[in-house]
Amino acid sequence: MGLNTLQIGSAIAVAVLAGMANADEVRVYNWSDYIDEALLEKFEQETGIDLIYDVFDSNEILETKMLAGGSGYDVVVPTGTFLQRQITAGAFQPLDMSLLPNAVNIWDVISSRTAQYDPGNAYSINYMWGTTGIGVNVGKVQEVLGPDAPINSLALIFDPANMEKLAECGVHVLDAPTEMIPAALKYIGEDPDSQDPDVIALAEPVLAAVQPYILKFHSSEYINALANGDICVAFGWSGDILQAQARAIEAENGVEIVYNAPVEGALMWFDQMAIPVDAPNPEAAHAFLNFILDAQNMADASNYVFYANGNLASQELLLDEVINDPAIYPDAATLANLYTTTPYDARVQRVVTRLWTRIKSGT
Amino acid sequence: MDLRRTFLIFVPFAWLLLLFLIPFGIVLKISLSDIALSIPPYTPQLDLSAGWSGIVEYFQALDLENYVFLTQDNLYFLAYMSSVQIAFISMVITLIVGYPIAYGMAKAPDHWRPTLMMLVILPFWTSFLIRVYAWMGILSQEGFLNQFLLWIGIIDTPLTILNTNWAVYIGIVYTYLPFMILPIYAALEKMDGSLMEAAEDLGCSQTSAFWLVTFPLSRPGVIAGCFLVFIPALGEVVIPSLLGGSQTLMIGKVLWEEFFSNRDWPVASAVAVILLLILVIPIVLFQRNEQKQREAGR
Repeated sequence: MGLNTLQIGSAIAVAVLAGMANADEVRVYNWSDYIDEALLEKFEQETGIDLIYDVFDSNEILETKMLAGGSGYDVVVPTGTFLQRQITAGAFQPLDMSLLPNAVNIWDVISSRTAQYDPGNAYSINYMWGTTGIGVNVGKVQEVLGPDAPINSLALIFDPANMEKLAECGVHVLDAPTEMIPAALKYIGEDPDSQDPDVIALAEPVLAAVQPYILKFHSSEYINALANGDICVAFGWSGDILQAQARAIEAENGVEIVYNAPVEGALMWFDQMAIPVDAPNPEAAHAFLNFILDAQNMADASNYVFYANGNLASQELLLDEVINDPAIYPDAATLANLYTTTPYDARVQRVVTRLWTRIKSGT
Repeated sequence: MDLRRTFLIFVPFAWLLLLFLIPFGIVLKISLSDIALSIPPYTPQLDLSAGWSGIVEYFQALDLENYVFLTQDNLYFLAYMSSVQIAFISMVITLIVGYPIAYGMAKAPDHWRPTLMMLVILPFWTSFLIRVYAWMGILSQEGFLNQFLLWIGIIDTPLTILNTNWAVYIGIVYTYLPFMILPIYAALEKMDGSLMEAAEDLGCSQTSAFWLVTFPLSRPGVIAGCFLVFIPALGEVVIPSLLGGSQTLMIGKVLWEEFFSNRDWPVASAVAVILLLILVIPIVLFQRNEQKQREAGR
């Protein structure tokens, strides 16, 4: 009986949302600070479709909405590993390639990698991709660790001897076990994509040893904190750290931020645009994806957010400081050194979450 | 006449059924299910097309596995205990701070009372979330509080308050203070002033008259206030996530992680059911106690 009520309830919610979504409306759910808003206006002008743009700040929030069903969104942007799991759960509809003529612009280097999460790229297109690595305030770190500070090595974050000194000037790391555990495993030479709870457990002592020196586990505060000089090291996402760099330059506060993908190897991730299976307006959703696949639009987006994209044709339209920055578009050697991860199943995920709680809270 | 009475009884019961029992039934049902990678992410789903056998199969698939799991990892016990502790201490502080305020309001001249009442309610006109964010600004290392304390010279180095349990206590006491003040004020305001005079005529000092007359008469208000603070504080998730640190352990945060990080709706629901039971027990005990007293007084 309880379930019945739930089903009726969600059916009503879907019906209401569907009823509200008229033919000329598309609802997009994307990460926060992740697009040039001028593009949103341009889309409305070009297509005459009303665009409703909402943002989220964690894959978990998005995934819960997708798995609950009836989200009312037409386009959502999960990261590869999350996308893969949601495809298995039946959350997305296959793309109709006949509605995406701009798909000719797709860069095969990226699409061959995203096929790992979305076989044949049947359900998604790449929006942006990047690496997870180390952002440092060069002046402060060299002051603490000397001129030879290993600012491009995982040893900066995972060697307690370094961290003990860096604690003076402040270190933030991502509050995301799916990022931090692979990095810790990479540091000790284990397989960062291991699904074996015994191997994953090896990451715990590595993280626990440096935990006392970490000021905060947070996945977005480090942008401002780095830019203001409140902290000297952040382990975070490439584009976010580059945004901090840009803000510091803009503020002319003498803070010099540098991003490095660790030489030991960096996690490479892909944010993919997909259409929920119950999207009220799939046709408009395809129109939006096609708009995003346009070379000029994609270039504008990357020039604004400092992330690389999966659009080959857009590359000649990118600013020099974007296409020629190895922190955004890594050179061939770095690219070969990047690794990807696959989603944990429910049992392993529980082990990972528990381990993360233990590391953060000591309980 | 009879119809009217039936209707009057029906309305609160319908309310209870619609807004409490049905949602609780759904949560209880999910807590007996198993996690699955599907929409929604648990199994079994009730399949009415299979008829009676489908229903039987459905109920056979439900089990208490998730509750057993909660006993196997001490995280849940520690989180419940830590939540009870934080909620209880916050409740006591709110009472200590709120009672004198309510007392002062009740003793204030009649024409002041609406203004005082307004001052207590006024913060509700601003969003709760914005007020909690304001506290982040006040309590941070470079915040107003530290700057003020440094300026007057009480401290040399900024205090770390934000992201500790101290900040959680401050946030909860601040947020729930009006819920303590208002019922106590309501109880004190009704009190007959001549009772105090009688007590003093009979030789009570002002202090003992307060403890012998005023406080017992305000007891229903105190108890109502304590419940109104303790119950929501126990399940609080926004305040510990924003003001607390990574070491702050509260059941609301654990529930959030079960639901969002582990995607384990069944275990999250089991945690929620236990939380409800923890809340129901003191309420039932309290009511039984009240009833006994009423019977004894008769």
